Amino acid sequence: MQRHTKHIIILCFLLLTLNAFSKDVIVSKDNEINSVKKALAVSENGDRIIVRHGYYRENDIVVDKSVEIYGEDFPVIDLEYNYQGFTVKAGNVSIFGLDIRNIATNYMHDFSGIKIENSNYCTVENNRLYNNFFAVYLAGSDYCTVKNNIITGFAKTESSSGNGIHLWKCKNILIENNETSGHRDGIYFEFVMNTKIINNFSHNNLRYGLHFMFSDSNSYLKNLFRDNGAGVAVMYTKNIEMSENRFEDNWGPSSYGILLKEISNSVIRRNLFVRNTTGIFMEGSDKLMIKENEFRENGFAVKILGNCINDTLLNNNFTANTFDISSNSSRNDNYYSGNYWDKYSGYDLNNDNTGDIPYRPVSLYSIMIEKVPESIIMLKSLITEILDLTEKAMPVFIPESLSDESPRMKMNEYD
Amino acid sequence: MKIKILKYIFLDLFRSKFILAYTFFLLLMTITVVYIGHDTSKAVISILNIILFIVPLVSIIFGTIHFYNSREFIEFLLTQPVARKSIFWSEYFGLSASLSLSFITGVGLPLIFIGINIQGVYLIISGVLLTLIFVSLAFLASSAVNDRVKGIGLSILIWLYLSVIFDGFVMMIFYLLRDYPLDKIIVGLTSLNPVDLTRILILLQIEISALMGFTGATFQNFFGSITGKIYSLIMLLIWIILPAMISLRVFKRKNF
Repeated sequence: MQRHTKHIIILCFLLLTLNAFSKDVIVSKDNEINSVKKALAVSENGDRIIVRHGYYRENDIVVDKSVEIYGEDFPVIDLEYNYQGFTVKAGNVSIFGLDIRNIATNYMHDFSGIKIENSNYCTVENNRLYNNFFAVYLAGSDYCTVKNNIITGFAKTESSSGNGIHLWKCKNILIENNETSGHRDGIYFEFVMNTKIINNFSHNNLRYGLHFMFSDSNSYLKNLFRDNGAGVAVMYTKNIEMSENRFEDNWGPSSYGILLKEISNSVIRRNLFVRNTTGIFMEGSDKLMIKENEFRENGFAVKILGNCINDTLLNNNFTANTFDISSNSSRNDNYYSGNYWDKYSGYDLNNDNTGDIPYRPVSLYSIMIEKVPESIIMLKSLITEILDLTEKAMPVFIPESLSDESPRMKMNEYD
Repeated sequence: MKIKILKYIFLDLFRSKFILAYTFFLLLMTITVVYIGHDTSKAVISILNIILFIVPLVSIIFGTIHFYNSREFIEFLLTQPVARKSIFWSEYFGLSASLSLSFITGVGLPLIFIGINIQGVYLIISGVLLTLIFVSLAFLASSAVNDRVKGIGLSILIWLYLSVIFDGFVMMIFYLLRDYPLDKIIVGLTSLNPVDLTRILILLQIEISALMGFTGATFQNFFGSITGKIYSLIMLLIWIILPAMISLRVFKRKNF
C-alpha cells in the first residue's frame, strides 16, 4: 500500500512537470529571438510562440513541431516576394493573429501564406493574409479549423493567380467567418469530405466565390457570395447541403449564382439569389431538392438543361426576374409545386392561397432563346411579347407537364 | 419667309390639344416610372418599352393626319410666291420640332430631375431620332397617297412592319438558319430597322445586356466602337433623310 501511494505521488509529480515543460517563447524585435524561425528552432512540441507586434521580414517558415504561434496585435510577416510563408508539417499547430503579406508567385509549388501539409487538428484563426498567391492551403489534412481570417488578394488574371482558401483531399474541416476577396477562387475544394463552411463572405474574386469538385457530404450554411466573376460552381458531387446562403450581384455574360454540374442528392434551401445573370444553372443534376429559396431580379432565375431529372422546386419565391425558368428541352422530368411566381395571373376562387389554374414558368421566347441563342437580340421587343401572349393563350410548344399545378397567390413566408 | 412659316406651324402645333395631351401623357408615365423605381437604369428599361411602342406610333399617325389636315393651308400657301421646298421643310421641321420638344419635355425633364446618366442621354437622343424618322415616313405615306384613309392605313402598315413584322421575319431567319454562324448577319439585319437599332443601342447601355451572352458581345464589340456608333448614327440619319427626300420629290411634282 505504502509503495502504491509513492508511485501515485511520483506519477502526479511527473504529470505536473510535463505541463511545466511547455514554455512560452517570445519573439520580439528587441529580443535575441527576433524572428519566428529562431523561435521555432528553440521550441519544443507543445510550446507557445508569442510574436510581439512588429514588422518581420521572413519567409519559408517550416513548422514541424506542434506549437501554437500567437501574434499580438497583428505582427506583420512580410515575405517580400521571396518564397512562401508558413508550411505546417506537424499536427496540432495553431496559427493565430498574424498578418502575412507579399508572396511570390510560383506555379510548381503553389506558394501559400499558410500551407498545412498532411497534418491533423491544426487551427488557422484570426489572421490577415494580404497580397498572397494562395492564402490558406490545406492538403491531406483532417480535422482542421480555418476561422475568422481576412484574406485579400490582388489577382489580375485567372491563370496567374491562386485561391483564397484552398483545400485538397481533406476531411472534417470547419471553415467559418472568413472573408476572402481578390483571389482566383474565394474558397476552393477538391476531394474534401464532411466539411462545414459557415458564415463566410466571399466577394470580388476573379472566377468563383466558391468552387468545389468531387467533394461529397459537405454543408454550406449562411455564406454570402457577392460580385464574383462567375459566381459559385459546384461540380461532380453528391450529398451537399446549401442553406441560407446569399448569392448577390454575380452579373456578367458568363456569371451564375450557382452553377450545378453533375450534382445529385443535394438540398438547396432558403437561399437568396439577387441580381445574378443566372440564379441557378443546372446541368446533369438529379434528385435535387430546391426548396424555399428566393429569386429576385435575376436575368434567368433558374436554367434547367434537359439532362436534369427528378429535381424538385418547392415553395420558392420568384419575383422581378426577366425569365423565371428556362430550359432547352421540350420534355420535362422535374417537379414544380407551391412556388410563388410574380408573373402568375390566375385566380383563386376558394381563397386557399393556391391558384386554381397551373402556372407555366417557361415562356415561348425563352425556349426560342435556348434553341437559337442569337434571338436574345430581340429582348424587350414587341414581337417577343406577342409570341409569349399567344403561347399563353394557346399552349402549343411548351411541354404540358412543365407547370406548377399549385402556384401560390402570395409570397411564401419562411420563419 | 421660310422661318415665318416654320414658326407659325410650330406654334400652331405646339398649342394643339393633341401635342399637349401627348406631352402630358409622357410626363405622367415617366414620373410614375421614375418614382416607383427611384433608379435611372431601371426607369430606362421601363420607359424603353413604352418609347419603342408609343413614339413611332404617335409620330407616324399624327404626322399623317397633320399632313392631310393642312392640305388646304398648303394649297393656300402655294398660291403665294413661296418655293414648294420651303413649304415642305417648314411643315417637316415644324411638326418634328413640336413632337420632339414634347418628347424631351415629357421624358427628358423627369430624368434630368432625378439625375440623368449616359443611359438617359441615349434614351432621349434615340427618342428624338425615332420621332424624326417616323415623321419622315408619315410624310412619305401622306404625300404618296392622295386618299386620306388609304394614307393613314399605309402609315399604320409601315409602323406595324417596322415594330413587329420585320422582327418576326428576322426571328424566322434565325430559326431557319440556326445551324450557321449568324452573329454578323444579325448585326446587318437589325441595323436595317431603326426601331431595332435604337432598342439595341439603348439595351447595350444598360446592365441587362449581360443577358445577351455572346450575341450581345458581338454587338457590344461593334456598336461599342466609334465606327459602330458612327455607322448606327448614319443608318438612323439615312432613315430620316431618305423618306423625307423622296416625299419632297413627290411633293414638288404633285398636282394639288
